[in-house]
Amino acid sequence: MAENDTHLLNVEGIHKRFGGQDVLKGISVKAKRGDVISILGSSGSGKSTFLRCINYLEYPDQGRVVVDGEEILTKTGKGGMLVPADQKQLARLRARIGFVFQSFNLWPHLNVLENIIEAPMQVLKLSKKDAIERAETLLDRVGLADHRNHYPSHLSGGQQQRAAIARTLAMEPDVILFDEPTSALDPELVNEVLNVIGSLAEEGRTMLIVTHEMGFAREVSNQTMFLHEGKVEEQGSPDKMFNNADSERVRTFMASHIH
Amino acid sequence: MNWQAITDMLPLLAEGAGLTLQLLFLSGFLGLCLAVPVAIARLSKTWWINILPRTYVFLFRGTPLLVQLFLIYYGLGQFEAVRESIFWIVLKEAYWCAVITFTLHTGAYISEILRGAIQTVPVGEVEAARAVGMSHRQVYTRILLPRAFRIALPAYGNEIILMLKASALASTITLLDITGMARTVYAKNYLPMESFLTAGAFYLVLTYGLTLFIRYLEHRLHADRKEPVVIIG
Repeated sequence: MAENDTHLLNVEGIHKRFGGQDVLKGISVKAKRGDVISILGSSGSGKSTFLRCINYLEYPDQGRVVVDGEEILTKTGKGGMLVPADQKQLARLRARIGFVFQSFNLWPHLNVLENIIEAPMQVLKLSKKDAIERAETLLDRVGLADHRNHYPSHLSGGQQQRAAIARTLAMEPDVILFDEPTSALDPELVNEVLNVIGSLAEEGRTMLIVTHEMGFAREVSNQTMFLHEGKVEEQGSPDKMFNNADSERVRTFMASHIH
Repeated sequence: MNWQAITDMLPLLAEGAGLTLQLLFLSGFLGLCLAVPVAIARLSKTWWINILPRTYVFLFRGTPLLVQLFLIYYGLGQFEAVRESIFWIVLKEAYWCAVITFTLHTGAYISEILRGAIQTVPVGEVEAARAVGMSHRQVYTRILLPRAFRIALPAYGNEIILMLKASALASTITLLDITGMARTVYAKNYLPMESFLTAGAFYLVLTYGLTLFIRYLEHRLHADRKEPVVIIG
């Protein structure tokens, strides 16, 4: 238990199988408060699946997830998959793990402000006034103060993703998971989102980021891990990963991804 | 064409229109209330939860409304147990038999419309709701159902308009709705063309009014008009 005390997030030995194929073959990660960990690798290496297993959007087959010393309780379900044993506990822990999606996933029937205050009011039971106050600060921060009454369908991809980040921040999560947050954006919109994420890293937030933006990953993270075919190929400081990785595969990947 | 006869029957048909609308709105509203739990249960992967709604939808979509109406109004009264139960207070009234039958009939259709709409809501929106820690109930009440209602609205409107016309069957169990009134008038004046043409005109006006109302609702609920809506009806 001692190790859990220092780690805000402790993910151990995640295995995941889709239709007879092993997608994740035992992946672990530990994050202390303030860690920014980039998860790299070619597509199909299991990066997103791993991230989704952390908050049980995907149920892993094996492994455990411990959030600030509290393990997500599981039982064995059909087909040997782990399923949450206590939905209330899972919901409570999910509320502490922010998740930013590649495709934003804003709720289209709610405007930007309503998207942001929804979960604080429903899940954290904040009053509407407090939730709006919190949302307004965040809207300023992500540069969407003028768009609070806009509906998601009237926003650009970059604006939608910034709204989605504000929605996640409104829960004041301990850890934020970013699942390829800029992959669905037009190239000219990527930077406005990366700037917001970068500013979160600067203020010491704990984050796990799956990304293909190598320059960004190198700049903001203090740890990197490289996944290949469902396993950790290499893990370490960004400097080592980008400049002289041990693995030939990582070096080849880096050579072709950094321009 | 006997215009005087038409003018004379207008007050009676207007009274009939009142009953038609009552039957329609009551069964449309109760049918919607019934359809929500039916649609949700129907989506359950557990067989003993979805077997009941499946059977209900199968039976009520698979048989004519007129047969259902006769079964409930004439059929149930055949059993002494029914006549002696407290339900008889309601079941002996043609009005309530019509409301019950229409509700069950339209509820089956609406539940299928809703089920399709719920399945159309993109999975990412539900994942976003789960990821912020919403409970199952909150995911349904805050995200899935509000989204599904908006998606289902055009199909629901269509179902209401179909029900408006199907409600003419109420006249077969003695009720004096628009059609019932028209039949009464015809029995007196022997002017079938005038009687039923006027009845048809009443239905047309009501349908047009409903269409406008549904369009207004769609406009209100879709503040985000650009969103492409896919309908599975």
